[in-house]
Amino acid sequence: MDTVQYLDDAGLPLRDLPLSTPELLMGYRALRRARHFDERVIILQRQGRLGVFPPFRGQEAAQVGVALALRKSDWLVPSYRETAAAMTFGMPLTNLILNWRADPAGWRAPDDINMIQFYIPIATQIPQATGIAHAERLKGSDNIVATFVGDGGTSEGDFHEGLNFAAVFDAPVIFMVQNNGWAISVPTHKQMKVQRIALKAQGYGIPGVVVDGNDLVAVWSVAKEAAERARRGDGPTLIEAITYRIAPHTSSDDPSRYRGEEESAVWEKRDPILRMRGLLEHLKLWDEAQDKELSEELEGEFLAAVEEADQAPEPKPWEIVEQVYAKMGADQKVAWEYLRGEA
Amino acid sequence: MIADRESKTRALNNVQAINEALDLALERDPKVVLFGEDVGRMGGVFRASDGLQPKYGEKRVFDTPLAESGIVGLGIGMAMAGLRPVAEIQFAGFLYPALDQILSHLGRMRHRTRGRFSVPMVIRAPYGGGVKTPEQHADSPEAILSQVAGVKVIIPSSPERAKGLLLSAIEDPDPVFFLEAIKLYRSVKAEVPEGYYTLPIGKTRVVRQGHAASLFCYGGMVEVCQKAAEVAAKEGVELEIVDLETLVPLDTEGVLESVKKTGRAVIVYEAMRTGGFGAEVAARIAEEALDHLQAPIVRVAGWDAPYPPFSAVENFYRPDARRVLEAVRKVLTY
Repeated sequence: MDTVQYLDDAGLPLRDLPLSTPELLMGYRALRRARHFDERVIILQRQGRLGVFPPFRGQEAAQVGVALALRKSDWLVPSYRETAAAMTFGMPLTNLILNWRADPAGWRAPDDINMIQFYIPIATQIPQATGIAHAERLKGSDNIVATFVGDGGTSEGDFHEGLNFAAVFDAPVIFMVQNNGWAISVPTHKQMKVQRIALKAQGYGIPGVVVDGNDLVAVWSVAKEAAERARRGDGPTLIEAITYRIAPHTSSDDPSRYRGEEESAVWEKRDPILRMRGLLEHLKLWDEAQDKELSEELEGEFLAAVEEADQAPEPKPWEIVEQVYAKMGADQKVAWEYLRGEA
Repeated sequence: MIADRESKTRALNNVQAINEALDLALERDPKVVLFGEDVGRMGGVFRASDGLQPKYGEKRVFDTPLAESGIVGLGIGMAMAGLRPVAEIQFAGFLYPALDQILSHLGRMRHRTRGRFSVPMVIRAPYGGGVKTPEQHADSPEAILSQVAGVKVIIPSSPERAKGLLLSAIEDPDPVFFLEAIKLYRSVKAEVPEGYYTLPIGKTRVVRQGHAASLFCYGGMVEVCQKAAEVAAKEGVELEIVDLETLVPLDTEGVLESVKKTGRAVIVYEAMRTGGFGAEVAARIAEEALDHLQAPIVRVAGWDAPYPPFSAVENFYRPDARRVLEAVRKVLTY
């Protein structure tokens, strides 16, 4: 299968670009914003000011490109690594910091953001994304759903069931597989025999597309096409983004136990942000001064979000038994009163 | 107890009562959708959705591919997007492929999104034995389901209760498992009110009054306990039968009230004895009403073995009136 690609490793255009100048600038900004957040929260984590965090360094374009193809009224159904997609889709940074602090205050998306809380089990989000999409179709709306999974996640039964259901129902879903080379310590070639994950689309009778996941122009344009197709009622698309998990699986992982540094070094050269910057500089749309200004702005936004998160009240023990049912049951009430110290 | 009930009744069996409830729910709320394996065109293997696809169309009553995790996952998504999905799992013993969806998400969505998203979904499934079904078709997994935080578990024992409780389950803002005893589907007919009515979730129901001992049961075991009580009554022993009806949330007060009256408790369920739901009922009685007990609490349940399929001996696995009476004798002669 051909890989959709618009930029070479230096960011020089290989052919005519399908995006406007404002889009290119918006895209670069979204990539930088995601990278800035990733770098800064890892420091917070090391300082003990964040819980376990799954970093996404190197995968920004694969996530941001899909989020940019969505409308505000669409849905984002992520795995656990989609912090970049979430923030691009509109999830406030404060929520995300609180969320990765394991503070329940961060679990609730604002009412105007149709994002489900990050999914921890592997691929369970896939049939649910299909369900949301099928419901939107039955309701007669043209809202669509974008859901994410990794290369390892495609081995799960729920990946198969969700894609098959979506195909049969023509559900408006974008299935974005970030093939980042590793399912914790297991490389993709030990995960599956098939050469390209996008080939699995044939098994469901839906289009499968391979895209250079570190080329934002390519990801965004492929996601736009899939979104338009879904919105027209023509059904789901499986996109495989070839990318690489530069960072550990999570802040608790030690990749030196299963891989050398050479591979990461190769992928550092295909960094999605450097490539996009290369393109903007080639097009004379960007310079060092603008870049510096952007860095300062992003740091300001980040610090404000951290400050807001720091001011969030500590979670209360009795919140454990709240929001179990719409109306608290007798068994939760007993626990609630005990936790309040009123029992 | 029954809201909006019209006085007219007709004799229906359980499948007919469930079919009528589904019909009324589809008619009343355009957000209600029905789906599962063979649910649409065929009307369900037990005909619970018979006639509903022609009446409401393929958008609202539809067949899914053959995959239980997909069915439950689909329903969770549809519920989060604002619909009222009612899914059928063909047999409760086929729920197991969906356990990841059930344990990881179904009951947690409200909690893990702090109320932003909830899953007002009903999962119906035929359960239990007594009709010589193949392997896996007679399972009673209610104890597993009662371990899922955030869901409700309802098991009706009569057509009138099945109809009203199913309508309550579909109205409920949280996910509900609705298990229907296969043995009762067509074996009994009873008067069922016409029209739309709901019954309260989370309430026990005294099916028969008595002072000698309390029989706690639900679903297919209610008729077994009734048979036992009739035999005991001939010997002058008046047993009280309490149909739990809702396992989660359990009406602890209703259970305790009966124990305090009789001082003796026998708990009857057809699932495997160890870790069964009866253990939870026994524990609550022991915790809250020990002083009122005049005999140990006794369980009558399936043996700690797989349910025997296709079997002439299945009635030795599934509790019957004889075994219930043995337990009654034990608590009365302690």
